[in-house]
Amino acid sequence: MKQMHLAAHFPGVNSTTVWADPRSASQIDFASFEHLARIAERGKFDFFFLAEGLRLREHKGLIHDLDVVGRPESLTVLNALAAVTDRLGLAATVNATFNEPYELARRLATLDHLSAGRAAWNVVTSSDAFTGENFRRGGFLHRADRYTRAAEFVATARELWDSWTPEGVPRPFAHSGRHFGISGEFGVPRSPQGHPVVIQAGDSDEGREFAASAADVIFTRHGTLEAGQAFYADVKARLAKYGREPEDLKVMPGVTVVLGDTDAEAQENAAEIRRLQVSPQNAILALEQVWGRDLSSYDADGPLPTVDPDPDAVLAQGRVRVDDPLAVAARWRALSEAKGLSIRRTVIEATTRQSFVGSPDTVATALETFVATGAADGFILVPHLTPGGLDGFVDRVVPLLQERGTFRSDYTGPTLRSHLGLAEPVWKG
Amino acid sequence: MTAIRPLHLAAEIGGPPRYDAASHIALARLAERGALDFVSLGDSFARPGPDAVAVLAHVATRTSRIGLVPTVTTTHTEPFHVSSAVATLDWVSRGRAGWHADVSTTEAEARLFGRRRAAPAAALWQEAGEVADVAARLWDSWEDDAEIRDAATGRFIDRDRLHHVDFQGSTFSVKGPAIVPRPPQGRPVTVVDATTGPAREPAARYAEVVYVRASSPGQAAALRDEIRRSAAAHGRDPDGLRVLVALTVDLGDAETTPEPGLVSGPQLAGHGTYFRGGPVDLAELVTQWYRSGAVDGFHLTPLTPGRDLERIVNGTVALLQHRSLFRTFYPGGTLREHLGLARPANRYALQRTATEATTS
Repeated sequence: MKQMHLAAHFPGVNSTTVWADPRSASQIDFASFEHLARIAERGKFDFFFLAEGLRLREHKGLIHDLDVVGRPESLTVLNALAAVTDRLGLAATVNATFNEPYELARRLATLDHLSAGRAAWNVVTSSDAFTGENFRRGGFLHRADRYTRAAEFVATARELWDSWTPEGVPRPFAHSGRHFGISGEFGVPRSPQGHPVVIQAGDSDEGREFAASAADVIFTRHGTLEAGQAFYADVKARLAKYGREPEDLKVMPGVTVVLGDTDAEAQENAAEIRRLQVSPQNAILALEQVWGRDLSSYDADGPLPTVDPDPDAVLAQGRVRVDDPLAVAARWRALSEAKGLSIRRTVIEATTRQSFVGSPDTVATALETFVATGAADGFILVPHLTPGGLDGFVDRVVPLLQERGTFRSDYTGPTLRSHLGLAEPVWKG
Repeated sequence: MTAIRPLHLAAEIGGPPRYDAASHIALARLAERGALDFVSLGDSFARPGPDAVAVLAHVATRTSRIGLVPTVTTTHTEPFHVSSAVATLDWVSRGRAGWHADVSTTEAEARLFGRRRAAPAAALWQEAGEVADVAARLWDSWEDDAEIRDAATGRFIDRDRLHHVDFQGSTFSVKGPAIVPRPPQGRPVTVVDATTGPAREPAARYAEVVYVRASSPGQAAALRDEIRRSAAAHGRDPDGLRVLVALTVDLGDAETTPEPGLVSGPQLAGHGTYFRGGPVDLAELVTQWYRSGAVDGFHLTPLTPGRDLERIVNGTVALLQHRSLFRTFYPGGTLREHLGLARPANRYALQRTATEATTS
């Protein structure tokens, strides 16, 4: 039976980390990272995944203060984790817009050496002048440009990683392209994996094409089984034109799991978590982001505003904005009226993404179904608690998957590529 | 005799490039056994070698007390990324991070990035000073108690305790605040090598540890006085910085002891940058310079780290400890505590409380 891949996401800056829970510890202390990484390694996970932040989010011109704020820098944390883990892959999200190929390729190759072949890079891009205010370039790239830059960035990094011979002899490189014109000698020999694993996050058409051409893993949003199957078929079909096989790109949606002793208990737990995630203040904030208006005088337990959204207003910065506020508002109003829901309960219902909720057996079966029916190759688990949010999954679900042969019982190789079943890239000297 | 200040000792653990961390871990542990203030790891885009911040982050989890000071160049990097990485090194080491701020001067380094041409040292050091300045501002941009987790109001942080730095430098600007909360030491320790002229000014303005090169105690004392005066002129308390003599040491010779009555003691070669002799000779030199009050300590670069650091720790340091000139254990946990440097007050917290006092 086909085995799945599993990764652990360190939860943080989002609206789903329940920081008010008494079990929620520091989001910053190294002990929290170490705990989650050790649990993931005990569960024989493929990799540990860190997101990135480059500018604090703002809402109505003020720093957003309701959710977890702040995080340490990913590559530095992962280099530290490399010393306290043996097998776990270590994936850093690093922006291709606000970095330069030579420096980042060197940092990624260093992590691959220090971890003996466990490094991964999740390539993200930004078209956000707001984030750019922290950087030299001034930081604005048009949407199309940011992907051409990212594609050239990855290609350039691979030229650098290939610039030493497998025997360890450095050779000069020269890259001349639209975004980068660089030359010299790379500072780091070919690393244990040849190239660190490349992950691409995002569901857009450009993102899918970029992943099909250049990525080893695509980190997507979790949808329904049908949506997952459609996405999976689409990205796998794009590989052929780049001379790649379907198994060369692993599809790994980010998912949440809520467990209970029974399915009913798990549903209760899930409802309670959603209630904690959408506090009254967060419900108003979510509404303001759609409406583009100051709604601070509204009661979260009361009805939705009768005033229409201002589609041109931008209250939130540092986040993907709502695409079509008028349509979203219409949907939320319809939902509220049909079920007689307050603002808070509307937001809870409208923004709850499908998760795997149930007893360990139910969840294990559901995960297996996604993999067996071509909706995913594996999953990036996003817990709602730091750092113990995956303890239950590793203790209760992983053993079931192992018994059924749908997940490895032990690591079979030393590198992240070996966990993912990815070949070492051919050296292109 | 001049009043004796605590002696500070640090060692470089670079040497020929190594890409697995085993040798770096072994050397850092050895230095930690000698209770040295910190180990440094040189770095440059100009020559082969791993990223120094990465290596010392790795070493952090395998050591417990010793300070960790990677070289970080400021010419081709993003100041915002630099401040985040160094702050994170402080978090993963629980308050043991510093950074040696350096510049990239060559056309070859510029070509690796392709963004700008090589620039004169004076301009690069001015920029390096600005990077040190903005890094410190970013480390202050979160007040220490900014995270409040106030369930009643639903607020994770108190946004009044986070600050845009709005920094405008000559070659870059940074809006802020930092992404990384204020690190355990408040600000990781800033180190500058003031050997070259253009580095003196940023060293006096921003560094807390300054390397100098001198061939006699008199010369070292003069350099130290100059840097302290310059720091005072910038409004700093000169006691808030430590001047270390940087010395490359070759202890490959057979063990020798200084001849009785040799007044001048062990000699330095190469404009005061190079010492060759035995571990006891080195201890003698350190003792003489230190007792004359000329220096706060030494930053030693072993010519052959595996061999020489072992001789420094088991020979030189052991003798200095025997003479009660150097600590035998760490009384504190952070690099600042080893160096006797206070945890800096947060500038924004000071401003805010001052404003609150005048408006209330």
